[in-house]
Amino acid sequence: MEQQEKNTVLSVKNLHKYFGKLEVLKGVDIDIHKGDVVAVIGPSGCGKSTFLRCLNRLEEPTSGRIEFNGETVFKKERREWKAAWKALQAKKGTDEYDQTAVNEAKLAYQELRKKEKATEKSIQKNLDKHRQKIGMVFQQFNLFPHLTILQNITLAPVKLKLKSKEEAEQTAMDLLKRIGLEDKANVYPSTLSGGQKQRIAIVRALAMSPDVMLFDEPTSALDPEMVGEVLKVMTELANEGMTMVVVTHEMGFAKEVANRVIFMNEGVIKEENTPKEFFENPQDERLKDFLSKVLM
Amino acid sequence: MWKNFRIALKGNRWKWYFEGLQTTLTISLGAILVGCVIGIIVALIKYTNKKYGKLKIARRICDVYITIFRGTPVYVQMLLMWLVILVSLSDMTIAILTFGINSGAYVAEIIRGGLESIDDGQLEAGSSLGLSKLQVLWHIVLPQAIRRALPPFCNEFIALIKETSIIGTIGVMDLTKVADNIIGRTREPFAPYIIVAVMYLVVVLILTFLLRLLEKKLSRSDK
Ligand SMILES: Nc1ncnc2c1ncn2[C@@H]1O[C@H](COP(=O)(O)OP(=O)(O)OP(=O)(O)O)[C@@H](O)[C@H]1O
Ligand SMILES: [Mg+2]
Repeated sequence: MEQQEKNTVLSVKNLHKYFGKLEVLKGVDIDIHKGDVVAVIGPSGCGKSTFLRCLNRLEEPTSGRIEFNGETVFKKERREWKAAWKALQAKKGTDEYDQTAVNEAKLAYQELRKKEKATEKSIQKNLDKHRQKIGMVFQQFNLFPHLTILQNITLAPVKLKLKSKEEAEQTAMDLLKRIGLEDKANVYPSTLSGGQKQRIAIVRALAMSPDVMLFDEPTSALDPEMVGEVLKVMTELANEGMTMVVVTHEMGFAKEVANRVIFMNEGVIKEENTPKEFFENPQDERLKDFLSKVLM
Repeated sequence: MWKNFRIALKGNRWKWYFEGLQTTLTISLGAILVGCVIGIIVALIKYTNKKYGKLKIARRICDVYITIFRGTPVYVQMLLMWLVILVSLSDMTIAILTFGINSGAYVAEIIRGGLESIDDGQLEAGSSLGLSKLQVLWHIVLPQAIRRALPPFCNEFIALIKETSIIGTIGVMDLTKVADNIIGRTREPFAPYIIVAVMYLVVVLILTFLLRLLEKKLSRSDK
């Protein structure tokens, strides 16, 4: 138990996210351990990207709790209080209406808000530090077009004073060699193919030596003939023990490389299993339906 | 007709035109520098307010500034500066400040347009690497925004050079005022105004040519 707790990289509890009135995440719970490769699949619009982007707070969750390496990166539990409050108010006008309980709830709410404010303040101080250790790879690559490939990779380590310029460039060149793109070090992103861009984006995240990498459909914007080269890099990463959360439509990757597969639907995790069980023996009806469509 | 031109350029007079041109260019350059500093600051304040909801009061002030200086004639602004606000300064300084503060309002809107044209993905990529908001703004957003704003910015500079032709009113001996001066002596307006017009035109054409080169270079590194 002790051991397992130490190895939890990301811990998500009862995560909710609203866009205005639209509830996109309706209570997501998951613990991600060191070395896990979690594939997240699910129909379009079910909240996969939103979930991933909440993990490093590119998207602001509404309530719940997220811990990264044991440190709180998000914590708001007002929702629980609201539910309790509603239950109390529902009894209004009946004999069971309990004025002392209501008063206590009011006080508790003020306490809660004060605590949340303090927590948030201390989180904000360290948020950029946490993000340094949570790599993210986007569907649209998001390389910096005004910088060369080498500058793209070294910008953050150098500006954040994690490495000297020389060290950072050395690391970058080593990483570029690994993916066979060292000859592209001094060109601009616009001269690269989609597959090359995405591999560079992965290297850019890797240069921060992250503890976990988040991928949001990293191959969806690529021409089919370039998907393989990106998946190959990701597979190598997985084999080296990188902790990864990958939102993907590549069932092959989920089957072969992931050690956990998650089916998201309607804002919750509907099913989780090992790849073998997940694909051979799905339980949830919607998952069966989904798999029959994508595995045709 | 050639006699008119001869008279307009007689003796040392031809030199006056170049001195006038120098004054015009000095004021234009000084003004655009002031305009740049103001414009970048104002644009960053408005952009920060839009993206992160901070600096509310500063943004209000910027809005008022832009509205006033774009909504009134620069000629009136100049007279006010000269007669009321900056009375104690030299005429040159007043000219530079008037046009600098005025063009700052336009430059601000140009740069803001550049900032807002940058894709959110760029900010997200920067933040996800752990860079602070300020670092993302400075190293990722601003360089790209300035690149995009450069062509309209150059157009603003070209327009500014022509607009400065009213500063003779407050006693600055710019290119246009030189023509007025010579006409005062020769009583012949045609030749001096044509000479001055051609000189403005040559400057504008040279700058336009440079702008084209710049645009070509920018589009090459973009694609
Ligand atoms: N910024 C936003 N404002 C309002 N609604 C949003 C926003 N972002 C996403 N949504 C909505 O939230 C829901 C979930 O979106 P999300 O992008 O997380 O889905 P997804 O599972 O990643 O889908 P896809 O497979 O198409 O990428 C969608 O209904 C979407 O319209
Ligand atoms: Mg998505």
